[in-house]
Amino acid sequence: MADATFSNATQVLEPFRGIKKVTIEEYFTSGHRTCQGCESALIMKLMVKAAGPRTIVLGSTGCMYVANTTYYTTPWVVPWMHTQLGSSGSAALGTAAGLKALMKKGKMKAESINVIAFCGDGGGADMGLNGISATLTHKDYNCLILLYDNESYANTDIQLSGMTPYGANTTFSPPGKVIRNIHTRWKKNMAGMMAAGHPECRYVATVCGSYAVEMMNKVRRALTIGGPTFIHSLDPCPKGWDYDPMLSHEMGELAIETGLFPLYEVEDGVVKYYGKTKALIEGRKRKPVREYLLKQGRFAHFTEEDLGYFQAKVDEMWEKWEIPAVIPFRRLDASKAALEVK
Amino acid sequence: MAVVETKAAQAASEDKELLISGSEAVAEALTLADLDVVTAYPIRPYDTVMQAIAKKISGGQLTAEYIVAEGEHSQFEIVKHASTVGARVFCGSSGVGWAYAMECLVVTPPLRVPMICLVGNRALDDPGAFGVEHNDALFVRDLGWMLCWIDTSQEAFDTTLIAYRVAEDRRVFLPCAISADGAFLTHSQAITMVASKEKVDRFLPRYNRGDLLLHPDNPITVAPQANEDWVIEIRRQNDEAMKRAYTVIEEAYADFRKVFGRGPENPWFEEYMTEDADVILIGMGTISLPMKVGIRNMRAQGKKVGLVRLRWFRPFPTEKIVAALSKAKAIGVVDRNYSFGSPFASGVVANEIRAALYNSDKRPPLLSFISGLGGREVTLEDVYKAADLCYSAATSGKSDARTHWLGVRE
Ligand SMILES: Cc1ncc(C[n+]2csc(CCOP(=O)(O)OP(=O)(O)O)c2C)c(N)n1
Ligand code: SF4
Ligand SMILES: [Mg+2]
Repeated sequence: MADATFSNATQVLEPFRGIKKVTIEEYFTSGHRTCQGCESALIMKLMVKAAGPRTIVLGSTGCMYVANTTYYTTPWVVPWMHTQLGSSGSAALGTAAGLKALMKKGKMKAESINVIAFCGDGGGADMGLNGISATLTHKDYNCLILLYDNESYANTDIQLSGMTPYGANTTFSPPGKVIRNIHTRWKKNMAGMMAAGHPECRYVATVCGSYAVEMMNKVRRALTIGGPTFIHSLDPCPKGWDYDPMLSHEMGELAIETGLFPLYEVEDGVVKYYGKTKALIEGRKRKPVREYLLKQGRFAHFTEEDLGYFQAKVDEMWEKWEIPAVIPFRRLDASKAALEVK
Repeated sequence: MAVVETKAAQAASEDKELLISGSEAVAEALTLADLDVVTAYPIRPYDTVMQAIAKKISGGQLTAEYIVAEGEHSQFEIVKHASTVGARVFCGSSGVGWAYAMECLVVTPPLRVPMICLVGNRALDDPGAFGVEHNDALFVRDLGWMLCWIDTSQEAFDTTLIAYRVAEDRRVFLPCAISADGAFLTHSQAITMVASKEKVDRFLPRYNRGDLLLHPDNPITVAPQANEDWVIEIRRQNDEAMKRAYTVIEEAYADFRKVFGRGPENPWFEEYMTEDADVILIGMGTISLPMKVGIRNMRAQGKKVGLVRLRWFRPFPTEKIVAALSKAKAIGVVDRNYSFGSPFASGVVANEIRAALYNSDKRPPLLSFISGLGGREVTLEDVYKAADLCYSAATSGKSDARTHWLGVRE
């Protein structure tokens, strides 16, 4: 019954060596109607450009569905299917399993087809966390889950999610006369959690649309290494963050230069920092977070106290974490000291 | 080698008789149907089917991607997606597990995914209860799922094959839930004729997703945001598909009888001693056993009672059931479910039948009963009580507006 030609191999997708070497073909074209300056839409475009034509994309509910994929005006050149808000993990797994079953049994021509499921921060880090986590343990299915993080439930009118930064003004956390910051939770460490919690997931990375070639090459690595992989992308969102749309790339750069969002990958358990994050690790000074925060209307109500709190939390990520900005456990000497406390 | 091949060839063309439960019978049918992707999650009582499938897979009788999900939501989403790339899929659940998957159950029909599920009917906790109630499967009655109730292991085997044949027909492309009473059928063994692979292959063609296949060679966009521009037309397409299912179900049963040499003439419901019946009782699933025994006993005393056991609830056999019931002097619907606050505070089936009879010239008095909830045994006394109340209504010629709960401690 089994087809001798079936193998679980992935496609061969070499990294692009510089922007001029990037292929010209687009698989995400006109038809979408996202806001001006929407970095998430750019991420979609780069994601499928990196993946190429033999790809199936599954998209969970959110801006990248509702504003992006309208009946009769689809921007997707590759096959695309909607999945439920919390279903990115299951969509990737089910699609990969279906293809694998059919190819293994000789019911479909055997070839490597990229399977990518994307989700927003709400759909991925809140509602879909269990499904993503389960999928990252299924090492026999090749698929990529890409979380595009615009730091709110944007499509439903900018509500706070578990990935919204501390204190941000959202429609569910409006600053008021009595309570300035309704939202006092610190953002989840999604990529670190995925890397640390799933020993057989071979590749986890963070990306930012401001660094397009790096972003595409991480997608290519994620699609070729084999098994389930995870990418977290930080996407400035002019509507939700409240800034001039022309500043989207700059906002992404600042998120990295302030150390708020580190660019790295974890491949087979080995952490590798990228770009300006690497420079920070090597000793370049982090820009103060206020340079980033005060450019965005969502933090316009912040006081010096809020800015100080925010800065201290970011400092902690870099100075106290066992693997700076990746894994939040305290260094071994600190935990030894903790044991010694009677 | 040649000897082995002959033996294998013989085995493939031979029927077998096995002593198996309803769940195991479904697993036998799935193996013969060469299932591609199956997802499991534990909840009693349906999970016995997944245990049986797991054995088929570890034993090498079935090659399929077998995924133990981390919850029913994922369980149903995984197979939904597998089906869109052309895989034959199976899933199932019970009670609150089926409820946990609700979002996925909602989207499966409009996506035109021919998923087949076993619902091992179970009460909805709280309070905790493993026993049968039909409310779980009934969640999907308005959503575009085909929905049927089975009564025996044999029917479990046969209906599984028929369900694939109907659901995967391009004229239909709708999911189908096969409901089996928890414990009474999922766990009870009976002699079952398991057909040969050769016959199954003759009856059941390969699933062909056709123009809806999600594949780089057919780069379609599935389920884009449609809003008020198109949603009502898409709903209407679902409606048409469900209407076409009537014909496709009739065809499938006719073919089934041809290939397997058995199976009912009337796919929609079983009639037991109804030809001359004054009173017809109506029920779904394994409740037929106490009803049939009760009817035989009552007939020995000269009471002409019969039974209609409804198999297909969606699509609902409106004209056929009206024709079968309108000849009685009174009818009594015994629901193993509840619909609090509904017209006459009845069960779901009673109100469906009331609605079906509304346009009929001949409307016998109808009585509504609720019985056997939470897996409580439906006793012969319950059956006699229902029949006697129906007899009184037959005499008076009037429906009784109350709903009678049978076997309840008041
Ligand atoms: C189960 C469910 N609950 C709620 C919604 C409403 N909803 C639609 S889009 C959306 C926002 C999703 O946010 P996110 O995943 O961050 O994506 P974004 O809109 O920000 O791109 C929500 C809450 C839904 N579609 N499904
Ligand atoms: S709200 Fe934000 S994420 Fe959504 S389309 Fe606009 S810019 Fe993009
Ligand atoms: Mg979001």
